[in-house]
Amino acid sequence: MTLFIDCVKAFLVGGCFCAIGQLFIDRTKLTPARILVAYVVIGVVLGALGLYQPLVDFAGAGASVPLCGFGNLLAQGVRRAVEEQGLLGIFTGGLTAAAGGVCAAVFFGLLGALIFRPGDKS
Amino acid sequence: MSMTPQEYQELCNKASPSSKSLVRIPTAFAVGGLICVIGQLLLAFYGSLGVSEEQAPAWVSITLIFLSALLTGLRVYDNIARYAGAGTLVPITGFANAVASPALEFKSEGLVLGLAAKMFVIAGPVIVYGLAASVAYGLLLVLASLL
Repeated sequence: MTLFIDCVKAFLVGGCFCAIGQLFIDRTKLTPARILVAYVVIGVVLGALGLYQPLVDFAGAGASVPLCGFGNLLAQGVRRAVEEQGLLGIFTGGLTAAAGGVCAAVFFGLLGALIFRPGDKS
Repeated sequence: MSMTPQEYQELCNKASPSSKSLVRIPTAFAVGGLICVIGQLLLAFYGSLGVSEEQAPAWVSITLIFLSALLTGLRVYDNIARYAGAGTLVPITGFANAVASPALEFKSEGLVLGLAAKMFVIAGPVIVYGLAASVAYGLLLVLASLL
């Protein structure tokens, strides 16, 4: 039952993030690439202000799966790294936190491109 | 019938996006929400395997990225994306698709300047500005600790 409620919360919050993105695509001249950049940067800012983590605690994957969750991860990584390593943490924190996602995207992207054949999207 | 370019623009705006938005925004909501539900189910799955609460979200991201790259390769993801718009763009799977899709498409232009370089056409800017924002935050943290 808790799983069901967690899924409902994830659906509603994650859905809202996507609906807002769609609203911006439809109503402004923002391209999908700019939307992605904006979501990550907004995630970093909200994470830095401590506003994003409560949303993750509430909605779970509904907040961590959208790309602003990735931004929040960067902010948290930098905060932890600066606590542990001081000045060096400014440069190590972000990439360390992003490592899993970026590396997985690059590796699976490469693998997929090598295995599959390109073709028309029909 | 004559009209100024401005009037024509207004007419275009009235005719095109708003009617589409009525369908596209709920579709984006539903598809994006569903991807997050899959994430939530994966989170519970990894939890039941005994993966720590700290590591489970990273495994969820990696799994979703894998699935997205696979569905991109099978040409399923881009077909869903045509209808779902931001619903397939905003989740982490959209980021993975933005990496995998151009990599596949530009494979014919070579493995180095085609596949590997085009991989970062969209992901590159995301990483650049995400990291820049994180460095700015790190600088602020260090400055704040000095005060």
